[in-house]
Amino acid sequence: MHEFDLSSAIVQTVNKHAAGRKVTHITLRVGRLRQVVKDTLLFYLAIVGKDTPCEGATLEIIDVPAVLRCNTCKNEWEIEIPAFICGTCGPGAVEVATGEEFMVESIEVEDEEEAACTAPR
Amino acid sequence: MHRTKVRVVEDALDANNTIAGANASDFERSDVTVVNLMSAPGAGKTTLLERALEGIVNEDPPALRVGVLEGDVQGSFDADRLSVLHIPVVQLNTDNGFGGECHLDANMVRSALPAVPLDDIDVLIVENVGNLVCPAEFRIGEDSRIMVCSVTEGEDKPLKYPLMFRACELVVINKVDLLQHLDFDVDRLEANIKQVNHEATVMRVSAKTGEGVEEFRTWLKALPARIAAEAAHDHDHGGHDHEHGPHTHTHDHADHEPATA
Repeated sequence: MHEFDLSSAIVQTVNKHAAGRKVTHITLRVGRLRQVVKDTLLFYLAIVGKDTPCEGATLEIIDVPAVLRCNTCKNEWEIEIPAFICGTCGPGAVEVATGEEFMVESIEVEDEEEAACTAPR
Repeated sequence: MHRTKVRVVEDALDANNTIAGANASDFERSDVTVVNLMSAPGAGKTTLLERALEGIVNEDPPALRVGVLEGDVQGSFDADRLSVLHIPVVQLNTDNGFGGECHLDANMVRSALPAVPLDDIDVLIVENVGNLVCPAEFRIGEDSRIMVCSVTEGEDKPLKYPLMFRACELVVINKVDLLQHLDFDVDRLEANIKQVNHEATVMRVSAKTGEGVEEFRTWLKALPARIAAEAAHDHDHGGHDHEHGPHTHTHDHADHEPATA
């Protein structure tokens, strides 16, 4: 249900970096702990991106696993269920190593070869 | 025409976090501690505030000067209920014409700030829109996040919405007066909360009967001094606090960790 707002945030970030150029491809890095539903995100991105430089861009989502780290025993492990506890040391020193990302990793834009330097925005 | 790849590596919520930072600066300048109060719809946020604040503002002199920013999709029902306490209450509607936002974001809160008398209050409680997903993702410049979870919602909610339960430092379990009528294992709920967020403080209250509300009042009254002490501690230690502060270390898989932990 949060995918609509997340789509708006993506489009805003992408268009800022596109600086007026047409965007053909967007690569996102999304951690599993963000609980993002991919199909829903794609659906909303098409709506939110309409009439902006993002319109028609293809989307690639890099899944980042939910990995925890225990700062006591230095172990790292991937979780499938939300249990933020170290099997050896308990919950005291557990932190999220990866899985909370919600990043625009890169974009691909169309450049007009000669005009690229003369039309800054 | 050719295609160029542009490396971005930016948290998509940075724009929101930047505005949240501006809000936080305004709050700090006026020496106001800000609480982001979240829950599912109907968990009893407003009733808890009515009960708790009544006791605080009627002390002589008041233990805290409290203001409330009421976030709702539509209407001013909650603000009207709180206005009888004679404290500053500002209504913020998220309805933009097609349904309304399901959460408050930093910019919405910023737009409402001119109406909030920051210099006349010690604590601003922002009652977020009832929702267990989105409010956890959008920082508004708050010092503390708390949530209300009621015993009519199911013991498994922390496992279904870990993002929200991990974002909060206090979870108030409300409506415990109903336990005698329900097949609800409140110990299991608390264990599930601790499984996703073992640092969370958990309180059992009934905003209706008043049971446990004094504990919440005490927690709220102690908050400004605790936040100030934590800020001073962070300052002495370079601002690095492993769970609540900005991360300074990098990791192969995480170029930039979101500010929601």
